[in-house]
Amino acid sequence: MLGFVARRLLYLVPVLVAVSLLTFLIASLLPGDLAYVILGDQATPEKVEALRHDMGLDQPVWWRYLGWLGHVLQGDLGRSFRTGQTVLQAVAERLPVSFELMVLAEIIGLAIGVPFAIACAVRSGSVFDRFMTGTAFGMLSVPTFLSAILLIYLFAVELRWLPATGYVPFQEDPVGNLRFLVLPALTLALAEWPGIMRVLRSDMIATLQEDYIAMAKAKGLKPSRILFVHALKPSSLTLVTITGINIGRLIGGAVIVETIFALPGIGRLLVGAIYTRDLIILQGAVLLVAAGFVIMNFIVDALRHPRPQDPLWPRLSSASTRMSPSVRSSGRAG
Amino acid sequence: MTEPALLSVKNVSVDLPTPRGNLRAVDQIDLNIGAGRTLGIVGESGCGKTMLSRAILQLLPKKAKLSGRVMFDGQDLVRLDPERLRKLRGRSLAVVFQDPMTSLNPVLTIGTQLIETLQEHLELDSVAAKWRSVELLGAVGIPAPQQRLMQYPHQLSGGMRQRVAIAIALSCEPKLLIADEPTTALDVTIQAQILDLLAREQRRRHMAMILITHDLGVVAGRTDDVAVMYAGRVVERAPTPVLFKKMHMPYTEALLAAIPKIDAAPHAPLPAISGRPPDPTRPIQGCSFSPRCRYAAGRCYREKPLLAASESPDHQYACFHPIQVTAGVCA
Repeated sequence: MLGFVARRLLYLVPVLVAVSLLTFLIASLLPGDLAYVILGDQATPEKVEALRHDMGLDQPVWWRYLGWLGHVLQGDLGRSFRTGQTVLQAVAERLPVSFELMVLAEIIGLAIGVPFAIACAVRSGSVFDRFMTGTAFGMLSVPTFLSAILLIYLFAVELRWLPATGYVPFQEDPVGNLRFLVLPALTLALAEWPGIMRVLRSDMIATLQEDYIAMAKAKGLKPSRILFVHALKPSSLTLVTITGINIGRLIGGAVIVETIFALPGIGRLLVGAIYTRDLIILQGAVLLVAAGFVIMNFIVDALRHPRPQDPLWPRLSSASTRMSPSVRSSGRAG
Repeated sequence: MTEPALLSVKNVSVDLPTPRGNLRAVDQIDLNIGAGRTLGIVGESGCGKTMLSRAILQLLPKKAKLSGRVMFDGQDLVRLDPERLRKLRGRSLAVVFQDPMTSLNPVLTIGTQLIETLQEHLELDSVAAKWRSVELLGAVGIPAPQQRLMQYPHQLSGGMRQRVAIAIALSCEPKLLIADEPTTALDVTIQAQILDLLAREQRRRHMAMILITHDLGVVAGRTDDVAVMYAGRVVERAPTPVLFKKMHMPYTEALLAAIPKIDAAPHAPLPAISGRPPDPTRPIQGCSFSPRCRYAAGRCYREKPLLAASESPDHQYACFHPIQVTAGVCA
């Protein structure tokens, strides 16, 4: 296990270097000179030249990249020339908003997706199953901005239960904070649950064919125990993976949802940085978000890695991994 | 049998819809087994042994159609409501499946899988259930049972896993144990140990046992009665010693001849049964064994022989041309 972690951590290094290179290149390839952005259109060429020299913009790109990377490695991601805030400060200020949104969205998504997946798997092929699979497919195709607007219309305009936009920090007003976050989280969850449901449903259908489920029935266990204890855990392998990826993705903020609901999260920070050409904030924040995503994936991989005393998936390390359905069905005859 | 049967299977058929048409896996089977008795069900792969055992347990695939009655302890399992069936399964009706690699849940510890059965059916607190689990694992010959409780199935060998499966099956002192090819997936060296364990526990606990196998040699010394199955039907049934002394059905004879013998001449070809069992989706008109039978003649191809008794009421067989020779092998 330790060897595995060490090896995977080594893999992370080239990935992060590539990410940093890409973000830096994209930021420097954007049209428009940073010095003009800072000084404005009326600046004299001499002033611009002087600023370019001060900021090192007259150096070659690779040299500037190495310089930036050196600072990044020392924990200095630079500071915004507009607000004077450092990148770390800006991200640290907005991360809790995006993080809370992500956690709520995942909880709601799992709370909708998992029960429906189990219900469908138990009655696979039934009218209910086909209806839910179709609904999930339909929901998957609804864009976030549309469901956001519909939810605002229903819950904020018509029913007046929840505020449409805005944000209060949790420390100041926990209830108000949750009221502001319910609709955005629900919007994200509406896009998350269909994937969760479809993945878990198909894994669960395969698991319910296994001999050990027949064995659990033969033991006279309660149907609820068979489903939730005997079938759910071995079926949730893919579920853990996609939930991990979703979390990693949402840590980077939900650009559209944060913009529609006016939440001061990472997504809004990035969009704002693009509008104001705040390249230092942009490249720093993108790097941090990418690093978060990569690390989240690493954690999921580590969770799925077979270990002798694995709390989650001992089956992975045994020789009897899941057989293909054809092998299984022919093995059962006789 | 004079005592009322513990389990009686009455006219049970199992039909499975397949893309190639209806498959009759089990065809009008009647069987009885008394309390504390052992019955061997023998037949080659695909003859419906496993389907019959699943039909008794009511564990057939969803699409399968079951007809007939399965009377267990005075109740018809086919028509029993699910809650009462659940109370019966694992309590008085237990099963050991063929492959211990797949029949134990890989993500739950041995202890969990044993204790949940005990707590489901017996009024035991968790400490008592744990002690009883240790006792059970010890009884089925698992060393260091206390440590095993904490382990997952993949940390145990195949033989050990099957012992665990047997411990689970025995945990609530069932009246009937169905062992569905319990040794087929195991190493030859382990097979005899597991069979002897089953036979010992069966005698000790006075439970009835159905031992399903494809090996006539397995049932020889270990069962009271034998039923030979072919193409979904019982083709011969008799008390074990009677069957081995004087078998009537050519299929039984062929099955016995097909067992490799230790004293056979080196490189002598094994008298395997030529051909394959008939396609169960295309039932044949006459005796199902007729295409492969060396005694088959005229009537065998036109008419299905029925299971009937001859000289003794205990010994029934379904054949128009029973063999009268005395087989040389004895139990």
